[in-house]
Amino acid sequence: MQEPVLSPDLIAAHGLKPDEYQRILDILGRAPTFTELGIFSAMWNEHCSYKSSKVHLRTLPTTGPQVICGPGENAGVVDIGDGQAVIFKMESHNHPSYIEPYQGAATGVGGILRDVFTMGARPIAAMNSLSFGAVSHWKTRQLVHGVVEGVGGYGNAFGVPTVGGEVRFHPAYNGNCLVNAFAAGLADTDKIFYSTASGIGMPVVYLGAKTGRDGVGGATMASAEFDETIEEKRPTVQVGDPFTEKRLLEACLELMASGAVISIQDMGAAGLTCSAVEMGDKGGLGITLNLDRVPQREPGMTAYEMMLSESQERMLMVLRPEKEAEAKAIFDKWDLDFAVVGETTADDRFLILHGNEVRADLPLSQLSSQAPEYNRPWVTPPAPAPLGNVPEVDAIDALRALIGSVNYASKHWVYEQYDAQVMADTIRAPGLGAGIVRVHGTGKALAFTSDVTPRYVKANPVEGGKQAVAEAFRNLIAVGAKPLATTDNLNFGNPEKPEIMGQFVGAIQGIGAACMALDTPIVSGNVSLYNETDGQPILPTPTICAVGIIETLDRAILGPAQSGDTLLLLGETRGHLGQSALLAEMWNRAEGDAPPVDLVAEVAHGAFIREHHALTRACTDLSDGGLALAVFELAAAAERGAEITVTGTATLFGEDQARYLIATSPAQAATLQQAATAAGLPMTEVGRIGGTTFRLGDSAAPMADLLALYRGAFAAALA
Amino acid sequence: MLAAVTVFPGSNCDRDLKCALEAAGFKVAMVWHKDTALPPGVDLVGVPGGFSFGDYLRCGAIAAQAPVMRAVADHAARGGYVLGICNGFQVLTETRLLPGALMRNAGLKFICKTVDLVVETPDSAFTAGYGRGQVLRIPIAHHDGNYQADTDTLDRLEGEGRVAFRYGTDVNGAARQIAGVLSDNRRVLGMMPHPERAAETAHGSTDGRQMFAALAGTLVAA
Repeated sequence: MQEPVLSPDLIAAHGLKPDEYQRILDILGRAPTFTELGIFSAMWNEHCSYKSSKVHLRTLPTTGPQVICGPGENAGVVDIGDGQAVIFKMESHNHPSYIEPYQGAATGVGGILRDVFTMGARPIAAMNSLSFGAVSHWKTRQLVHGVVEGVGGYGNAFGVPTVGGEVRFHPAYNGNCLVNAFAAGLADTDKIFYSTASGIGMPVVYLGAKTGRDGVGGATMASAEFDETIEEKRPTVQVGDPFTEKRLLEACLELMASGAVISIQDMGAAGLTCSAVEMGDKGGLGITLNLDRVPQREPGMTAYEMMLSESQERMLMVLRPEKEAEAKAIFDKWDLDFAVVGETTADDRFLILHGNEVRADLPLSQLSSQAPEYNRPWVTPPAPAPLGNVPEVDAIDALRALIGSVNYASKHWVYEQYDAQVMADTIRAPGLGAGIVRVHGTGKALAFTSDVTPRYVKANPVEGGKQAVAEAFRNLIAVGAKPLATTDNLNFGNPEKPEIMGQFVGAIQGIGAACMALDTPIVSGNVSLYNETDGQPILPTPTICAVGIIETLDRAILGPAQSGDTLLLLGETRGHLGQSALLAEMWNRAEGDAPPVDLVAEVAHGAFIREHHALTRACTDLSDGGLALAVFELAAAAERGAEITVTGTATLFGEDQARYLIATSPAQAATLQQAATAAGLPMTEVGRIGGTTFRLGDSAAPMADLLALYRGAFAAALA
Repeated sequence: MLAAVTVFPGSNCDRDLKCALEAAGFKVAMVWHKDTALPPGVDLVGVPGGFSFGDYLRCGAIAAQAPVMRAVADHAARGGYVLGICNGFQVLTETRLLPGALMRNAGLKFICKTVDLVVETPDSAFTAGYGRGQVLRIPIAHHDGNYQADTDTLDRLEGEGRVAFRYGTDVNGAARQIAGVLSDNRRVLGMMPHPERAAETAHGSTDGRQMFAALAGTLVAA
């Protein structure tokens, strides 16, 4: 087949800048073939190469005694004791989900599950962090329905419990929703599989579903801004098949147990190209692929299409040759394709053969580890407008404004579409704070949370970055878990704009400082840039997912609070209303600085809750909506009223950090307060749980009315 | 006391059911869908939840054609016990071991939540541990749990006391809020809710445990 001539337009359409194309010419000493151009484009785009972010990501803390494997592999690996490890990562599928919400979200879930089971782990928990535009925007409702159904459609069928996540709405996401999918799996520490190929002349084996034309050029699409031509990009979105993924999971775990695997890598972004290059590059080897042997879904596919296809549910493996028959039998059992498509070679060469012709012949290391890297110019973004006068408001009116908004209403309409209990190890399903999953067959459990407050990050990237980590830390502490490690999904606008790059640099600085102080190293992550439409960027959204361990199930703080329980507030309340949820939901104002994060206080308060778990019946951290919303959420979970004696808008709705609300019996509350005094920590009694009225100072309403608003507002706005 | 749990490609509650049965004292053998026979001496067959064959074509329709289901039908014809949960219930209706069909939920959405489940009859090996009218808290998780049958069939099921469970409220549009039905010999039960997800203290509800315990009691006595 005749390949097209490389015109400047064709090169630009591949997302390659003139200087990057010149670099290709310099490397090859000749013009690339069309297939080679596609391969460079797939490997050098932002999504695969991290070329704008690498220099900053290197500053993050990624090590610790609990870390078995940090960033750079398919997912991070963290020791949980007793010879077991939790393996987890979060990844974005933003652009595809905006173009085709169901399939975009579904394949986002599929991709992150593969990242986890590629390493030999059985997935045990999933979460997702979703950011949508204003409810009034014409596209939002369609996106919410499609994305939620896609997440559920894939995860439910695959059979992984979805135990947590976030859903937020802000006009800055009108043209660019965010779909960040997290998955965690469990493996034995001596049976973890990596992607580094080894051995020369070893067979390279293609596993799973057949290759079709779906998703060709997806990674390049995901590395560009959107404009009015977005509908034309629909064919670049992949189509998911959770049934095949489930079979692929079972077949891969059987294959790994058989001892046949030298290295394995899932085919995600840039499919066959990226998986082959990663395995070869990490092992310092070359790879030769013969595309005639690739299982194909449709006839007449070109080398270019096969190398760039993002068909789902596929893996690439380097096989121990003596195990080929045994390995093939496993894939036959599960009715999945198994084909030897190439071999490892000693030279630094990526050789692609198709129809007895050489379609690509490239120096392999130049595609990955030697890919371009930029230290893009950045400036500190302008400070937000100072906080103007905030009037005193009726506290119940203010609470209604929050719990009646899509941002703070109950999200059960969303999470009831996700199977939260499959695998029968879920201890705490979504609804309030972190999700908890038992480590199967043990008395231990793992806790999972996903957090970020994008309006803080926009106002103050450094403090906002810190806050995302601190809130995740607190959510784990509040269920009785010891925070172990984190994964980050950094969603930003166009990095070629210095103020966007400044947001990114600041957020990384804050995240790094917090992860260091709170001993929660980043073990994996994903960067999603160019989240802009017609030049309008999203709010900077560095999603942080944290994983903690509950050493014995009796350490879990599960609640619910009971009638007569005393409410205690741990931490100092100064009444910080800058960038608060109250300002945003009540008056649509985004003023003032983000709340400062005192990492020393975060450590001390977290340690205090951990130490006194036995005195704590129910606990939640204070974040959006401050004390008022925290009390309401704790009372709603208990289906009881509550009474708060403190007053004042700033006291009730301020968003000072490092604070927890605790519900416990009056006798235990007295003991806790003595302990806090002895430890020199600020703890005050603020009210009690019980009755059928919800009272904030001198303002009150029937709890049943507030619950009806809280539980009905989301569906009323979006269903 | 031996139980077999069928495994289809796409089953995902097979391990959960195995654990619940083992906790009740059963020995459990996992049986692959391509197998043509059950292990000798099987007392109970569990057909687990999940998405057998991806729920493609129609939930349970492809699994109903699997070789192992002929063996399960033979087992049932000999008076053996069969428990189908969620997708397992769908498979049992597709094999005609139970009447009716499971349609898409009336709200068209997947639903996962813990619901009130009313015990309609204690007169079966599955429900002997419960009282008539007892309200259980059991999770559901399905997209196609809307039980439907023609009026004559529904009347016959009601008349013969073969409605095992009813939802406390209308959760998915099921005819007469039916959540589980028994075969005419009362030894085959299909139900949409997941008792294996309410079988341990850590699950938050232990209301499902009594079903497995009652089954074990009946089979030990037999």
